Amino acid sequence: MTVVSRFRPRRGRNVELLLVIAATAIVLLAYVNVGVATHGEVPSSLLVLGGGFLGLALAFHLVLRWKASYADPIILPIATLLNGLGLVMIHRLDIAQGRSIGDGMALRQLMWSGLSVALAIAAILVMRDHRVLRRYTFTAGLVGFLLLLLPLMPLIGTDKYGSRIWISLGPFSFQPGEIAKIVLAVFFAGYFVQARDALSVAGRRVLGLTLPRGRDLGPILVAWVLSVGVLVLERDLGSSLLFFGLFVALLYIATERTSWIVIGLGLFAAGAYAAYLMFSHVQVRVLLWLDTFSPEALAKSDQLAKGLMGMAAGGMVGTGLGRGRPDLTYFAESDFIVPSFGEELGMAGLFAILLLYVLLVERGLRTAIGARDGFGKLLAAGLAFSVALQCFVVVGGVTRVIPLTGLTMPFLSQGGSSLLANWVIVALLLRISDHARRPLPDPGRPSPIGDARTEVVRL
Amino acid sequence: MNAPIRRLSTFVAFLFATLLVSTTFIQFGQAKSLNAREDNRRTLLATYARERGSIIAGETAVATSVPTEGEFRYLRTYPQGSLYADLTGYYSFYGAGGGLESVENALLSGSSDKLFYRRVSDLFTGRKARGADVVLTINPAVQQAASDALGDQRGAAVALNPQTGEILAMVSKPTYDPNTLASHDLDAVDRAYKQLNADPTRPLTNRAIAGNLYPPGSTFKVVTAAAALESGKFTADSVLPGPAALDLPQTTASLPNSGGRACGAGDQVTLTDALRISCNTAFGWLGLELGGDALRTQAAKFGFGDQLTIPMRVSPSSVPAELNAPQSAQSAIGQYDVRVTPLQMAMVAAGIGNRGVVMKPYLVKSAVTSDLTTIETGSPSTLSEAVSPQVAATLTSMMETVVDSGTGTAAQIPGVKVAGKTGTAQHAVGAAPHAWFISFAPAENPTVAVAVVVEEGGDAGNEASGGHTAAPIARAIMEAALR
Repeated sequence: MTVVSRFRPRRGRNVELLLVIAATAIVLLAYVNVGVATHGEVPSSLLVLGGGFLGLALAFHLVLRWKASYADPIILPIATLLNGLGLVMIHRLDIAQGRSIGDGMALRQLMWSGLSVALAIAAILVMRDHRVLRRYTFTAGLVGFLLLLLPLMPLIGTDKYGSRIWISLGPFSFQPGEIAKIVLAVFFAGYFVQARDALSVAGRRVLGLTLPRGRDLGPILVAWVLSVGVLVLERDLGSSLLFFGLFVALLYIATERTSWIVIGLGLFAAGAYAAYLMFSHVQVRVLLWLDTFSPEALAKSDQLAKGLMGMAAGGMVGTGLGRGRPDLTYFAESDFIVPSFGEELGMAGLFAILLLYVLLVERGLRTAIGARDGFGKLLAAGLAFSVALQCFVVVGGVTRVIPLTGLTMPFLSQGGSSLLANWVIVALLLRISDHARRPLPDPGRPSPIGDARTEVVRL
Repeated sequence: MNAPIRRLSTFVAFLFATLLVSTTFIQFGQAKSLNAREDNRRTLLATYARERGSIIAGETAVATSVPTEGEFRYLRTYPQGSLYADLTGYYSFYGAGGGLESVENALLSGSSDKLFYRRVSDLFTGRKARGADVVLTINPAVQQAASDALGDQRGAAVALNPQTGEILAMVSKPTYDPNTLASHDLDAVDRAYKQLNADPTRPLTNRAIAGNLYPPGSTFKVVTAAAALESGKFTADSVLPGPAALDLPQTTASLPNSGGRACGAGDQVTLTDALRISCNTAFGWLGLELGGDALRTQAAKFGFGDQLTIPMRVSPSSVPAELNAPQSAQSAIGQYDVRVTPLQMAMVAAGIGNRGVVMKPYLVKSAVTSDLTTIETGSPSTLSEAVSPQVAATLTSMMETVVDSGTGTAAQIPGVKVAGKTGTAQHAVGAAPHAWFISFAPAENPTVAVAVVVEEGGDAGNEASGGHTAAPIARAIMEAALR
């Protein structure tokens, strides 16, 4: 009988504390930097804001010590740092556009940060085990699809900046797609854990590829129709790509069948191409992407061009926080916050920020690998991949890798719904990682039947 | 399920690698060309965010950057309006042009290599980068006098210090107000620029050094006289033929005197008197005697054909090559295809006044950084020795007679000996002549040399002559310089 080697993984809570303090220090340094660059003085609100920000992060840290002590120690500091840098940049753009702290976007964003962290803490406290979510698989599916379609509803759905991905309720407006992303990840994870056996049954082989059975194509076709529907009806390539990418990735992980990827990509490419042929707004996006500086493209929109010139102005090391002109680009605080950072922190700063995302995603995927249950694996991988894909869609859009779409950069971009959603993702990943890294109850403990021999046949 | 998750990790790594590459592509690879784009507002703002150095004449700034509240941090202003427009040029959204704003841009903007150490120290001390001030050789009183004397007449005036080459005044009329081009109102700038460009009187052209070069008329006789004296075959008292009209060989045409009369009794005249009364036939005869090459060579010694920069580029003045006999005769009196800038004619006067030595004209005395370090000093340098000191002395006394009792009496200044030469240049059939005057004073040891041209007779029209129209302007300029 082999004895399973036992080890207690390091909880890493002290490392987390240190990193959270370091992240806060970086954010405050950036805040001081902006103050000195724009007004020539250290902002007077430094201690209040800095204390509040540190308090928020420390509160989360303490809750983890108390309720999820084995959670991954890197995720919280990264989220703190990114959220803080986003706040600083939004504050810096407030200054550039002549808004005081009182009626600026940064204060709202700070309040949203507080609310989001509170919600994430609540999620950690309430949800002691992520597997409870599995119970709500189909509820989540229904809610997710409803959220996706919500912007299409009359009265509350609003057309903003060429996309219909917003809903307005009185003075509030948010993108339900951000929440839908999480809910759908729960649904996909729950559904695929259940259906993976059926979906991995081999069908015919075509060109060396084992295709699934025809009757199993149902779910992917539904997801495809939905994502193309989002592309066409909501005019948002980003959300469409995000949902379909998430679906295909989880389907692939659940079934381990490459054929699903091929089918998925093929379907998406066909759908996107058809949409390109049929809809002028898709054609405009492609024109802006391929020929950004042509007169025809500039006549439609010079936003991308301005963002590129901003990044170019930053060069290798940037103009320095508060010393560039990121405010010249429209939506410099949301869709174009990455070029804003590129301009003021330069290529070096942007690399650092991208690597923070790489670390965050990598920790999420590591959690997925370590998770002991299929649902946890799929959920963690799905959430981590959705963050990665969203980064790719946003940064790829502003650096002309793919056509520009209207998604927000996780944690950095101004916007309450986005911030809320991403902190919930952090809470979920932390909860799953706590579960994955927590040692199992010690099986070495003596038990009444522990000594009994169970062999039937002795050799 | 772990194997596909690991493969997914690889895919994620690939996605982010793509982003790193695309970012590098933009911020490193394409940065230069993106920054250089004309529609790049950031580049424009960056240029306007830096305090540009002033251009200083005498004690006052004639072009200076004033902080403003708007998006563009500094407004380039020209406190004297149009008075210095042809020297400063303008600084606009279209770029700098028309004068020192563009040719000394590196110093004014602070990007010059000469300011390298200063930029490095600015980097460490955190001092705000500022361009260097450019100090002109201009004497503001002389500049003002030249502008006032020329008034609204089209033309140009240049005053030099013959001993150093310093440009004391340079005026070109009509001119423009550079403030209209430096405005931060893009539409207004656009309108003003289009209007100035379309104006047939070419206000943007500095007539003193560029433009469609003028025929020098009789002022060129000084060069012809210099060639004659330098040849050794003639003296101031040499007697020349001076009939009412000179028959030109190889043609049926003849070269008449302007009054249609002979220049002296028995159609004879001395070289001195020929210059004093500006005798066409005597100088035409000299042109035939000396030949085109001698004229050309002498002119070149005064700076004709040189590519001068003061530091603005000066159009080279010219005497055509391979002149035949009648062309030589016409060229000797400054007609045919002889073309000059007013600056060049001022250099001729200055060279004679300075004992035959032509100094290189220059406009920038020094450049001064904001901590008052002088980093570049314009200094006098010899351009050429046009004539020997003896010939220069002879020419000086000949030119004194022009002002004392000849065609240039309008240039007399009480108590000061003035040497000068008039010119009335025909340039197109039926058009009023250009009125010229070149001079220097005090004749024995000049501190100022002047060239004035009034296009198409100015206010006097067809009645204009160098003596009546241009000489009083030259006198006003010299008086201001001698004061």
